[in-house]
Amino acid sequence: MINVTIDNKQIQVPEGTTILKAARMAGIHIPTLCYFELAGMKFENKPGGCRVCVVEVVKDFNGRPRRNLAPACATDCVEGMEVLTHSARVINARRTVVELILSDHPTDCLTCAKSGNCELQSLAQYLGIRDIPFKGEQSHYRQDMSPSIVRDMDKCIMCRRCENMCNNVQTVGALSAINRGFSAVVAPAFEQDLVDSPCVMCGQCVQVCPVGALTEVDDTRNVMAAINNPKKTVIVNTAPATRVALGEEFGMPAGTIVTGQMAAALRRLGFDYVFDTDFTADLTIMEEGTELLGRIKKFMAGDKSVRLPILTSCCPGWVNFFEHNFPDMLDVPSTAKSPMQMFGAVAKNYWADKMGIKREDLVVVSIMPCLAKKYESKRKEFYKDGNPDIDYVLTTRELARLIKQFNLDLKDMPSEDYDDPLGESTGAAVIFGATGGVIEAATRTAYEVFTGKPLPKIDFTELRGMEGIRDAWVDFDGTPIHIGIAHGLSNARTLLQRVREGKEQFHAIEVMACPGGCVGGAGQPYHHGNSEIIKKRTEAIYREDLGKPIRKSHENPSIKKIYEEYFGEPCGHKSHELLHTHYFDKSEHVEISE
Amino acid sequence: MAVIKLSEAKVNFIKDVCKSYGNKPGEVINVLHKVQGEYGYLPAEVQELVAKELGIPVSRVYGIVSFYSFFTMTPKGEYPISVCLGTACYVRGAEKVLDELKRQLGINVGEVTPDGKFSLTCLRCVGACGLAPVIEVGDKVYGRMTPDRVKDVLAEYK
Repeated sequence: MINVTIDNKQIQVPEGTTILKAARMAGIHIPTLCYFELAGMKFENKPGGCRVCVVEVVKDFNGRPRRNLAPACATDCVEGMEVLTHSARVINARRTVVELILSDHPTDCLTCAKSGNCELQSLAQYLGIRDIPFKGEQSHYRQDMSPSIVRDMDKCIMCRRCENMCNNVQTVGALSAINRGFSAVVAPAFEQDLVDSPCVMCGQCVQVCPVGALTEVDDTRNVMAAINNPKKTVIVNTAPATRVALGEEFGMPAGTIVTGQMAAALRRLGFDYVFDTDFTADLTIMEEGTELLGRIKKFMAGDKSVRLPILTSCCPGWVNFFEHNFPDMLDVPSTAKSPMQMFGAVAKNYWADKMGIKREDLVVVSIMPCLAKKYESKRKEFYKDGNPDIDYVLTTRELARLIKQFNLDLKDMPSEDYDDPLGESTGAAVIFGATGGVIEAATRTAYEVFTGKPLPKIDFTELRGMEGIRDAWVDFDGTPIHIGIAHGLSNARTLLQRVREGKEQFHAIEVMACPGGCVGGAGQPYHHGNSEIIKKRTEAIYREDLGKPIRKSHENPSIKKIYEEYFGEPCGHKSHELLHTHYFDKSEHVEISE
Repeated sequence: MAVIKLSEAKVNFIKDVCKSYGNKPGEVINVLHKVQGEYGYLPAEVQELVAKELGIPVSRVYGIVSFYSFFTMTPKGEYPISVCLGTACYVRGAEKVLDELKRQLGINVGEVTPDGKFSLTCLRCVGACGLAPVIEVGDKVYGRMTPDRVKDVLAEYK
């Protein structure tokens, strides 16, 4: 331990602690801009580039003051160090730094998608900046709009959080700093559009962007237009993770469960039917679980052609990732569509027929914690005669904005139920929202189907947790089943490489692209680096599961009914037509040409 | 599935260069240096292949290529022209020579003439300050250049 004095406060810190972290331990706030940490998720961004966190070292290791101001995020404490975080010299420098950043930043805060959530805006306010004394040229870049993400690099401040997230946490490698000096910017190779790059649309870059340079595509206007159109029947489905995060946008503490209030608010917005993606999450378990057992039984019978492990395919960011990076393994993932796409297929076929609504008059909206879902809904294979199974995807944040525009406060909403039949769900479905949840839900059903016996215990706590890569053996009444779990795409890559090289064998692997799973999705309320928020949401997911009367997908009465009435059996002919999909090779190939 | 199209000779050369550096990601600058030395420039397909061979994202390779002014994505002409803008050449009127070259060739610095014959770049000091101002066409050095002589020099290559 070493002794340091920050703002005349003496503290002891472990060696290797930065001034910034030491100050935080002492409860002293040093403003930052490029710095970003997601504690417990192995993500720290400290390029020392913005210089907002500079401090005055009045006594350095040699007993003398340091000549230059030091960036607190990138300077380690030394024994006997004395630091001032808010001296007149520091405040002056900090203000100049922010004024310079603002001199090359658009001032269209009124209409910026990040307004109110922008860290540069808060900083300008904190420093009391009232005018920008430096006038000069401003950098301009082409706007890039993918189905999920909008890039407006005029607003980029080169903090490089997105680059770090994209390359180190996700190992997607779509973004890099390019060019130099004034024209330096973060962009895909050759400044191509995101859709042409290896981007998987996970949107974690949007989740960490401090300003409005990276934002989500806004679909709220399209949804309101559909609701305003009397010819259209507009229905909505809500993903598991949205119900444990939406409350944050209304000042509720992280981890507040707002399932009933969200359903009530959606009715007030004018949706004709309020359904739940949890219903089709249960349906996913029926299909994916059956597929898994089918492969295991064939494997045990000695069929060498069977591809194991089965990989979950609910996460669209993950699907994009393996299409780009593991083209040799396209037959390994489950062919089951994601719960959202299953919802679209069920709604526009089974339900529309039942209700006598024409496909083109039915608009299906999804509320998702995710940006990749926007892209997924636009995939060609999910269209029929030019009409998509899912018309629009709104993020949790977009839904919060709509609710506020309607002068509603979630806190005042009564708790209402979802509509039948696509609203009934089990505890197994809600845990889809957290890492380990999909495979736990599948295990609950697969165990009972495989063994023909009731589960001795419903909670598979060995599958839960926040470790990036986890594995567990589950005893299927004498048959040991090896399950792997990864969240965050770098972890998924590591695990898949081990499987590809034959170093480890699994029966099933669950992957979620975002750290923490969907609770940490890019469409969720901004967590601003507070990983405690993600943990609170996860706890809420398991609380919601515990409170459900039915906690196994195959016991959902509406699921039983839909198989009796429509699908026949899981993985049957009708299921294959509507509930399963196929994957594409999106990797780069070298071709010889003369 | 995106396809990178390259000739077999190029593919083999690039693979060999990468291999000679142990396919290490940390050697990317050396690899790019060698490859540009051979082909004169680094088109997108070449960067894609280098990235693939070294196991790094192509965005990172492009980040490096776009950062260092030495690397270029524009092909050189048959006769690459370099104008020295070092101190000695500059004070003796190199800029006027450069302007005349731009005017006669109809291209800017870093560009190639539409017929692929000439390309134009600038450099800092070739160590021939006594001959200032100096231009190079390929390996041949022309000293004591004036805007009037530009026409004659270009005529040698037409």
